[in-house]
Amino acid sequence: MATAVAATPRDAKLYKPEVPPDWCPGCGDYGVLTVLQRACGELGIPNEQLMVISGIGCSSNLPGFFKSYGMHSLHGRSLPVATGAKMANHEMTVIACGGDGDGYGIGQGHFIHAMRRNVNLTYIVMDNEIYGLTTGQTSPTSETGMKTKSTPHGNPEGQLNPIALALAAGCGFVARGFSGDINHLKSLYTQAIQYPGFALIDVFSPCVTFNKQNTFGWFKERVYKLEDKGHDAANWNAAMDRSKEWGAQIPIGLFYKNPNPKPSIDAADPALQGQGLAKAKKLGLAAEQRKKLIEEYV
Amino acid sequence: MENEIMVGIGGAAGDGGASTADNLALTSARQGLHVYVYTSYQSLIRGGHSWIRLRLSTQMVNNVSDQVSAMIALNQDSMDRHLQELAPGGLCIYNGDKVKPGKAPEGVQLCPLPVFELAGKDALPIMQNTVGLGALTGLLGLEFASLSSVFEHTFKKKPQVVKANVDAAKAGYDFAVKTYKKISNPLGRTGAKLAMVHGNNMIALGAANAGCKVYCAYPMSPASGVLHWMGAHGPSLGICVRQVEDEIGVANMTIGAAQMGVRAMCATSGGGFALMTEAIGMASIMEIPVVMINVMRGGPSTGLPTKQEQGDLNQAIGASQGDFQRIIMAPASIADCYTSMEEAFNLAEKFQMPVLYLSDLLMSEGHMTLETSFLDREFKIDRGEMVFEDDGKGQSYYRYKDTPSGVSPRAIPGVPNHLYVSATDEHDEDGVTISDVYTDPVVRKRVVDKRERKMQGVLAALPKPKLEGPADADTTIVTYGSTWGVVSEAVERLNKEGIKCNHLSVKFLVPFQEKEVTEILKGKKNIIVVEMNKSGQFARHLRAETGIAATGHVRKYDGEPFEPKHVVNGIQECLKGQKLVETGSVEPGWRTPHPPGPGVLSTSSTH
Repeated sequence: MATAVAATPRDAKLYKPEVPPDWCPGCGDYGVLTVLQRACGELGIPNEQLMVISGIGCSSNLPGFFKSYGMHSLHGRSLPVATGAKMANHEMTVIACGGDGDGYGIGQGHFIHAMRRNVNLTYIVMDNEIYGLTTGQTSPTSETGMKTKSTPHGNPEGQLNPIALALAAGCGFVARGFSGDINHLKSLYTQAIQYPGFALIDVFSPCVTFNKQNTFGWFKERVYKLEDKGHDAANWNAAMDRSKEWGAQIPIGLFYKNPNPKPSIDAADPALQGQGLAKAKKLGLAAEQRKKLIEEYV
Repeated sequence: MENEIMVGIGGAAGDGGASTADNLALTSARQGLHVYVYTSYQSLIRGGHSWIRLRLSTQMVNNVSDQVSAMIALNQDSMDRHLQELAPGGLCIYNGDKVKPGKAPEGVQLCPLPVFELAGKDALPIMQNTVGLGALTGLLGLEFASLSSVFEHTFKKKPQVVKANVDAAKAGYDFAVKTYKKISNPLGRTGAKLAMVHGNNMIALGAANAGCKVYCAYPMSPASGVLHWMGAHGPSLGICVRQVEDEIGVANMTIGAAQMGVRAMCATSGGGFALMTEAIGMASIMEIPVVMINVMRGGPSTGLPTKQEQGDLNQAIGASQGDFQRIIMAPASIADCYTSMEEAFNLAEKFQMPVLYLSDLLMSEGHMTLETSFLDREFKIDRGEMVFEDDGKGQSYYRYKDTPSGVSPRAIPGVPNHLYVSATDEHDEDGVTISDVYTDPVVRKRVVDKRERKMQGVLAALPKPKLEGPADADTTIVTYGSTWGVVSEAVERLNKEGIKCNHLSVKFLVPFQEKEVTEILKGKKNIIVVEMNKSGQFARHLRAETGIAATGHVRKYDGEPFEPKHVVNGIQECLKGQKLVETGSVEPGWRTPHPPGPGVLSTSSTH
């Protein structure tokens, strides 16, 4: 495992800053945050070894409510920013997060390529099937026919399937959680953080203000756990089959975990074989290196 | 400069003109001659017309001159196109078995080579280039040993290829020397030890020498050379190089890396730079030092991918919403592309803001010789105020602390007890966001003032602009960026002709050194701005920053760089009272015909 993790579990409270979350009461994101604090505590990761990077949106406010180093970056850009952070110091644990609009809408291109690139980081998408911070427009994961402010006559477009997309893009760890089931979600987080490559956790995190369709109750009636049905998470084809289920029965849990993961890009990059690049004390070329490079042009 | 010559090599893309030019340039450089090379080409991989001009001189040269004296025509098209441009005393080398000569201008020597006879019937077609290069080496009076050493170096792992090339070149050399007249002022040897470089590898080498550790890019002409250098050298130098899915990702990845405490850089051209602009604002408000290169080409939109323009100044100035702190600088030459990297990274880190670095196609893809001693220098590295280890003062640490200089010490992530979150939302000294978590117009004003205060520090840290040429002249030519070389030559020529003038090249566009520039231009009778765009972006910027309106303007925006004659004539016209001179490369050889086709008039090349 490339992620620096201390063995001793720590109190989840250590990851709570003075600033309290400002989400709507009852928002699914509270569960996502609390579970992340518990998971990091369980893994005993020192606060300063964590870099939590989000985009823009309600859920992207998360780094402000999590005690670690963090960046609250641009809409849709958490993954390239997080990738850069990992390249600059691969010894840190990097967690990217955001919403479905952020990651599957405006940030879709980066999403696919970050998985293809296989950066060793954990990506948590708080998926509420709506644009919340802009007060309720359709999102890429909104169901077809759903009435929103931007689609008052019903969403005419198709619904994106992030699980199938992640599997197709070569993601080695694909999971889905539900913020209404905290203990189940925590186990997915700890596994994802420990996975030595890109790990996606799509989390149903209901918007209690703007999504009156996909509510906590709606999800509770539908979700079932893959592990209860004997799903083999090492079987990519089985994962792809399960990813297609939507409607009366919606699976959560670990869809796929590559049993033989290839080295992540940061583990494979020849420039990243020593300590984190950011730790270098002396910058610039050594005299011999410089002479050799100049000789190429003579 | 008397002891110099300009050589042209013309052919289609894929004819091997570029490697012929490289070999000639290296041959010259190895005997201590300075070389400047500029290639005019089309955006295609095979075919079209490519015209490479090499200026060889006993002194350092920074631009092409006005007229070609010697040329190698690799195909019929090049012969037809350029023969009439050759200066008296010049010569034209070509494969006599394939290319029909045109009528040579007065005093120009036609030098056909019997390539089949000299290279052998079984030789590869590309060998005509080697035979031609051998012949040119002989007729220019260059040393054959220099040329053969270039082949030995280039093909060092393939002795048979070395021999084939040396034999073909020698055959061309001997035949030409025996059959034709050498140029009247052969170029000798100087003692200089020279490296043959181009601007993009100077940017890359400069970045490595300045301690760049993460480089991100998306392929885009004419900036890709930086990526190629980084791709080749990054692994052995410990530089992490990522080719990213788009320039939005490039900029964000670079910024993410820089936030962690490495020196990080990216490079692109105008179209890619457009995609980076939102992230530039992020680096500004989060106070993250990054160096972002825009290698300008002809715009707007896809524009002229393989042609020169200085048209992205407005874009750089406006490269974010809101008031954003950044440094915009433009190196003035290929040599300056190298040394400016030292300044760029130091300024970025000392003042914690993005540095937007405007190169252009002329510098980035132009080749020239630089003394190896100039390149072999350790760069000074000044990282500004940073916290690398827990100093026990974490309790009172605020990442965005309001200080007299506006610069807040930057703890790099990983340091215990200095935790903070950087946000693109406006934020207080401790990083807590304004407008989300709470709202406070007083704090908003204070933090904007804090960031803007840094610009005063930048101004104080910049090297002063220098006036070149006679200080008491009442005519000053003002430029920015890559036009420095050609305008310097034009100004020198004008002074020799009795027209007294001097030259101010502005390197820092933002912050603008208003006081110093105003002091220099105060009381001048004629202020003439020479720049490569249509609308006079730099002249407008000069006026916006200083209130000084130029009295004359010389502009070129046809894609080909200025030659000294364009500048000299333009300045002379301005001095005669013309306000605006829009000059161009009008020789017929520059233009290739519009392809005929249904509904398209093939005569369009005539209007």
